Amino acid sequence: MTQPASPAQQGQQDARPRPDSSPGTRKSGQTDGGSPLRTLWARADIRTLSLLGVLAALIVVGGITKPDEFLDTRNLQLVLTQSSVIGVVTVGMTFVITSGGIDLSVGAIVALASVWATTVATQEYGFGGILFTSVLVGVGCGLVNGLLIAYGGMVPFIATLAMLASARGLALQITEGRTQVVTVDGILGLGERDSYILGVPPLVLVFAAVTVIGWLVLNRTTFGRRTVAVGGNAEAARLAGIDVRRQRLYLYLLSGLCCGIAAFLLIILSGSGQNTNGNLYELDAIAAAIIGGTLLSGGRGTITGSVLGVLIFTTITNIFALNNLQTDVQQIAKGAIIVAAVLVQRRTASTT
Amino acid sequence: MAPEPPLLTMSGITKSFPGVRALDGVDLEVQAGEVHCLLGQNGAGKSTLIKVLAGAHQPDDGEITWRSERVVLRSPIAAMRLGIATIYQELDLVEGLSVAENVFLGHEPTAAGFVVRGREARARAAALLKRLGHPEVDPARLVGDLSAAQQQIVSMARALSHDVRLIVMDEPSAALDPDEVDNLFRIVRDLTADGVAVVYISHRLEEIRTIGDRVTVLKDGRAVAVGLPAKSTPTRDVVALMTGRNVEYVFPDRPPTSAGAARPDPVLTVQGLARDGEFAPLDLELYPGEIVGLAGLVGSGRSEILETVYGARKPSAGRVLVDGKPLKPGSVRAAVRAGLGLAPEERKAQALLMLESVTRNVSVSSMSRFSHGGWLDRAGEFAAARKATRELSLRPDNPSVPVRTLSGGNQQKAVLARWLLRGCRVLLLDEPTRGVDVGARAELYAVIRRLADDGLAVLLVSSEVPEVLGLADRVLVLREGHVVHTAPARELDEHRVLDLVMEGSSVSPVTAAHPVTAEGSPTS
Repeated sequence: MTQPASPAQQGQQDARPRPDSSPGTRKSGQTDGGSPLRTLWARADIRTLSLLGVLAALIVVGGITKPDEFLDTRNLQLVLTQSSVIGVVTVGMTFVITSGGIDLSVGAIVALASVWATTVATQEYGFGGILFTSVLVGVGCGLVNGLLIAYGGMVPFIATLAMLASARGLALQITEGRTQVVTVDGILGLGERDSYILGVPPLVLVFAAVTVIGWLVLNRTTFGRRTVAVGGNAEAARLAGIDVRRQRLYLYLLSGLCCGIAAFLLIILSGSGQNTNGNLYELDAIAAAIIGGTLLSGGRGTITGSVLGVLIFTTITNIFALNNLQTDVQQIAKGAIIVAAVLVQRRTASTT
Repeated sequence: MAPEPPLLTMSGITKSFPGVRALDGVDLEVQAGEVHCLLGQNGAGKSTLIKVLAGAHQPDDGEITWRSERVVLRSPIAAMRLGIATIYQELDLVEGLSVAENVFLGHEPTAAGFVVRGREARARAAALLKRLGHPEVDPARLVGDLSAAQQQIVSMARALSHDVRLIVMDEPSAALDPDEVDNLFRIVRDLTADGVAVVYISHRLEEIRTIGDRVTVLKDGRAVAVGLPAKSTPTRDVVALMTGRNVEYVFPDRPPTSAGAARPDPVLTVQGLARDGEFAPLDLELYPGEIVGLAGLVGSGRSEILETVYGARKPSAGRVLVDGKPLKPGSVRAAVRAGLGLAPEERKAQALLMLESVTRNVSVSSMSRFSHGGWLDRAGEFAAARKATRELSLRPDNPSVPVRTLSGGNQQKAVLARWLLRGCRVLLLDEPTRGVDVGARAELYAVIRRLADDGLAVLLVSSEVPEVLGLADRVLVLREGHVVHTAPARELDEHRVLDLVMEGSSVSPVTAAHPVTAEGSPTS
């Protein structure tokens, strides 16, 4: 850092009665504006580095226990593909949590969108019909959530819990418990290996695009700034002239949109729509966001952290599956990781 | 009285929070069996002091002596074990539990160490309630079903369920009717007759005259008077201690022709604005370059007026016009768009994003200016924030630092910079120097005056009379929601304003019938 004035000197300046803004003052206060390299370095904080460290350690563990299978290209493609659906949901969830809210209905919305988009009637409209319906159902559910919370004054926990129940119920009603197999070739083809682009499955590309857009929106737009402001101090945001209610509405719309996209990815991945889709996605998405470093109380959110959180969870699941460990062990490991991550974050938060 | 050693001595207690020194070497001495009153305005440090005494805050410096022994109060439990009980203003009762369960919460009478003896708890709670003059409160009832006054009795019963020697009561009368206040006084007298000491906090001077033995006055984290006789010290002296300056504030000169010159049109016009139960219809015109001060006690409706003008509260009557155009009532956004800006009383809770940098706190009201189709021009944002903070000499001269690391005065400057950047034309300032170190105030005054000289209209609220008189051009004196006097500041002096503000409160019981609201005080 190239700051000529030490904190002590600045303190002395502080006591001086109103120095004018002469060139002298201007010189002493030369500070970082937005040098991209320095911003990048500042952003690569301990939290992100430790998440990368955990992910690296997992890859080492996978490589040692199952060297042939884990590091196989197909397996890595699988891990990324599996991350894509929950990853897109987590990006939306990160926005909602950053604003001080919560969306418990994401899993149910994914289920509803995936079955609505795969009914016989919808499939007649082909690829476009399925994509359009998925997204529309997601946005529609988000709209209901947002209106109830922002303008109906409901607590996000309750409103989205109600949506969880209703959307799951509606999904069951549509399917009557049956799996709706997709017959549209354009959809099925996207899951095939020959549609991979430079070895990357299209699903993963969608996930990557959503991640990049999410990062840009949160960190580089007024929308993102308002989201953080509402989560950090809603009353201060209101008194600063921000339309807090409209912002909240948009945030739940955004989460719904992400669920719609995730449902579409899931349809491609599974070639079907089921009312049991997206089971417990809400918990996975919240857990990934929290271990990534997003504050559950709002006011601070990180898309990078959330995505690393998703990758960590999917990698663990994959390693456990390769080593023939049962899901019960996976669940216990997940729980332990959440506790450890939050404890570490509290430690680093209190020392800085 | 025999030279008995005091029950409690606190000396040189110092406590800082990020950005503000809440207590700066405070002394307090309490004798067994006395009612020691603690006076001071919001933000003077009363709450911090009693939290130190309750073991809820650890002092940075200073000593506490309890019954001639030096003690360290590491936790609320440690304080309670010594016999120090605190009844907080926001009652800390569990509404879903019964009266008896609340009274013995944490030290339930048990059998075999864990089975709660409900009947014994109820019987002992009933005895305590009887002693407190409220035998009609059923120990088996849920606390949530009780009135505020009854809940307070339960809180007191909880304090008495321990072996107490000192009870701290934080504004115990705030929620009570006059006859309930009489009962409160009877209880306090009973307690002191048993040798229990009471530290009594209240804004109401007449209560302190009635019940108090001695008074300690806090101001800006310092004890400006220790152990004054409560009954014989003149009201005016006490008020002057609370509000008066303890250093000579330096106020900037007023522009030579602030009145009389050909006036432009008013930028802000308030017509018959009122809110039921808070303030009576108010008319006001505010001209560019003018600072108008609202003087009044806590609860006189000052902050409510500002927030209603700003649209944060919906008026029950009247309207607000900017440049002759009426604002949509109850809409902050309309007010901000028309050029109003508010620096609220509770800076941290109402104005600042504490996790964010100075830049982001300054730009939050002007984001559309740096938005290109929603995309943020961050370099432009930073440059503009730096320009605004430099104009106000905000220190450190680096808007990238987190706002929470700034001192109180510089945090206030960050709020002012927000409105400066927005290009606002009417600045509403609610207690602009609260939590600001005395030394930094003169600088803030100079900044405010300079903004006015540049054409801003300023509406200033302050409970510090010298601040209003020194800074404002014109002063409106408020009492219980009514404007009782309007005059140019130079025609008023502190004593005249204090008389107007206090009129009746020291002699007639009228004020007791209109309880002073606890507005803003929980964080004091």
